[in-house]
Amino acid sequence: MPKVKIPRKSTNVDMTAMCDVAFLLLSFFILATKQKPPEVLAVKTPNSVSSKVASDKAILITLTKDGRTFIMLGEDAKKKEILENINLTKSLGLTPEELKRWGDHEFIGSPLGQIKSLLSTGVKPEASKLPGIPIDSSVSSNNEMTDWMRSASNVFAAASVDRKDFEKLLLIKGDGDALYPKFRSIKEAFKKNEIYKFQIVTNGQPAPAGSELYIETKANASKK
Amino acid sequence: MAEMDTSSGGGHKKGPGVKKAVKKSTRVDLTPMVDLGFLLITFFVFTTTMSQSTAMAMNEPKDVKDKTEQKEVKASGAMTILLGKGNKVYYYQGLLDPANLSTQFKSSTFTEIRTLITEKKKATNIDDLMYIIKADDESTFGDSMNIIDEMTICGVKPGHYAEDKISETEKKLIQMTEESNGIK
Repeated sequence: MPKVKIPRKSTNVDMTAMCDVAFLLLSFFILATKQKPPEVLAVKTPNSVSSKVASDKAILITLTKDGRTFIMLGEDAKKKEILENINLTKSLGLTPEELKRWGDHEFIGSPLGQIKSLLSTGVKPEASKLPGIPIDSSVSSNNEMTDWMRSASNVFAAASVDRKDFEKLLLIKGDGDALYPKFRSIKEAFKKNEIYKFQIVTNGQPAPAGSELYIETKANASKK
Repeated sequence: MAEMDTSSGGGHKKGPGVKKAVKKSTRVDLTPMVDLGFLLITFFVFTTTMSQSTAMAMNEPKDVKDKTEQKEVKASGAMTILLGKGNKVYYYQGLLDPANLSTQFKSSTFTEIRTLITEKKKATNIDDLMYIIKADDESTFGDSMNIIDEMTICGVKPGHYAEDKISETEKKLIQMTEESNGIK
């Protein structure tokens, strides 16, 4: 039998393809991560040991450092209904076209009285420049968050969404340096609509070593 | 006239003894570049999943109009935590006694309060244990969240702590302590 001669090949592999893949993935991840909900308002949330992930379809109330409040109404279908509802109940007198324009605003942060003039210009306002929803609780009728929560709970109740599921959708995202009375006013608006459960957006952190919670979670983990 | 030697060091002229320039391959070793690429990918993947914000559940009590419906707390098991300006915490045990306010009313910080909460928990019968949290008008939203978080960290079960409105006396006490400590 003749000997088969195996040609000695170089061990060098062509890395070009691998390099292409690596950078393709890299660019994909960079672009994909930037597409999270727009953070127009800079809010530094407080830390907590909670590990539950915040829902992204929620009705989000944002409280900025300087004490302004904004509301984001979540899913488009529900958002439209809530806007229609508040237009009727607070007799804002918006035309269907204006309502549609309002639906394009991600953040709502104007007093109800200013909405009509704001929408008539047709220019989408910058969220960071809006005055915020008035929540002053010293004048009880002036807490417009109450009206927003009423409309929201009415819309969800009409769609026969369970009360507990509705409560799970309520998120408050507040800046750690915002003053406490502002937060109290939001809570009061909730309470007036008989909402007693809601959630706070926080920065998740592990339990500090040595604390009781730390020992407890460790014990639970070892059981599993 | 002397001629200038232009061929020095050039290697343009292929004279005898001058080596022929080796034709090098244009291939570059891409291994470090691939390494770098994947390192960046892992970095981005990790940072994006880690920075997910979490939700902390809050339970608010219903407002009770009638005083008789309010839950009574044993003074021996109660500890009131007050939140003031500049991330300061104040506390007192049981009921405020006007006779010896100065010894009862103490100031603390967020790092200290954890040991105080744990000590109180160990020293009290679990059925009587109650932490009352009161936030001053000048305290921040972050502080009020931190103190509730501190309860979770210390293993205080819901129902053993509650938020309440601050009284005028307590407000004055905080103000006086802040002034004497020079907190603006």
